[in-house]
Amino acid sequence: MTDHDHSPTIVLNGDRHELPGAASALDLIAEVTGRKLNPDGTPADGGRLGIALAVDGEVIRRGAWSDYTLADGHTVDIVTAVQGG
Amino acid sequence: MTWTIDDVEMASRLVMGTGGASSLSILEDALVASGTELTTVAMRRFDAESRDSVFTMLQRLGIRVLPNTAGCYTARDAVLTARLAREALETNWVKLEVIADEDTLLPDPIELFAAAEELVLDGFTVFAYTNDDPALAKRLEDAGVAVVMPAGAPIGSGLGILNPHNVETIVSRAQVPVILDAGVGTASDAALAMELGCTAVLLASAVTRAHDAHAMARAMALAVEAGHLAAGAGRIPKRPLALASSPFDGMVAAQ
Repeated sequence: MTDHDHSPTIVLNGDRHELPGAASALDLIAEVTGRKLNPDGTPADGGRLGIALAVDGEVIRRGAWSDYTLADGHTVDIVTAVQGG
Repeated sequence: MTWTIDDVEMASRLVMGTGGASSLSILEDALVASGTELTTVAMRRFDAESRDSVFTMLQRLGIRVLPNTAGCYTARDAVLTARLAREALETNWVKLEVIADEDTLLPDPIELFAAAEELVLDGFTVFAYTNDDPALAKRLEDAGVAVVMPAGAPIGSGLGILNPHNVETIVSRAQVPVILDAGVGTASDAALAMELGCTAVLLASAVTRAHDAHAMARAMALAVEAGHLAAGAGRIPKRPLALASSPFDGMVAAQ
């Protein structure tokens, strides 16, 4: 196996997570939420997604998800609203 | 009479929290009974197992969402959480909460102030959960927060308003709305907050952990309205002795 086809492994919400191959932030969010997304990060079914993503402590804006390629060793947090406060 | 933040007019002066409810359906029932138009939610890692979304529910009910930074101990974490909330929920509003320790859950003034300054610069409309300290409240206002939210008592304690004098002082000096946040245990606490001149009251546990959440939500709505009316009406001065309310003229006397 060469470095080129090695599947990137990230830390997703605190756990190791192997990506199927080269993946963008948009691909990951679609996989995790099970929702189809438009290239601009909005849900294909309309409505609001209610999700945000940070890589290594920096928020990646929704519109940049499709161009953001996840790399080996990235720490990724995907958050949403929950009851509290 | 409505109150306004960022040109958003709200009639209800009861801001609700969502913590402490045993189910989403009980929470929904309580929120509807409370008549609230603004409700706060926490931000946490997405869990694919939890299908029910509090955000979806609030949208369905037409209630504006106020994300909070509950659970943050440092300005750094609070700022990141606020930025994630802005992106996820598409709002600049944030209830800034930076706590000092888990026993008191009281705000850490140093971290709170640092986070408030940074978030204001970043364009947020900051609702700052603070101690019942008039000096800190003024400093937060000067830093540009939109709302000052003094704690009546520690979160979830139900101890009511431990220092009404301080809350009254904060209100009398503030040029921004003051929302009494935390510590409310029952309806009279909410009414007192409004009588002290607060613009609104934020509470969660008092309703969500009540035996009958629906009834307590309704009680809080009425208490906030009653307290607000009483504050505007003006209470009579306190006197050490009685002041007769009936005339003495024309009294009959037994022979």
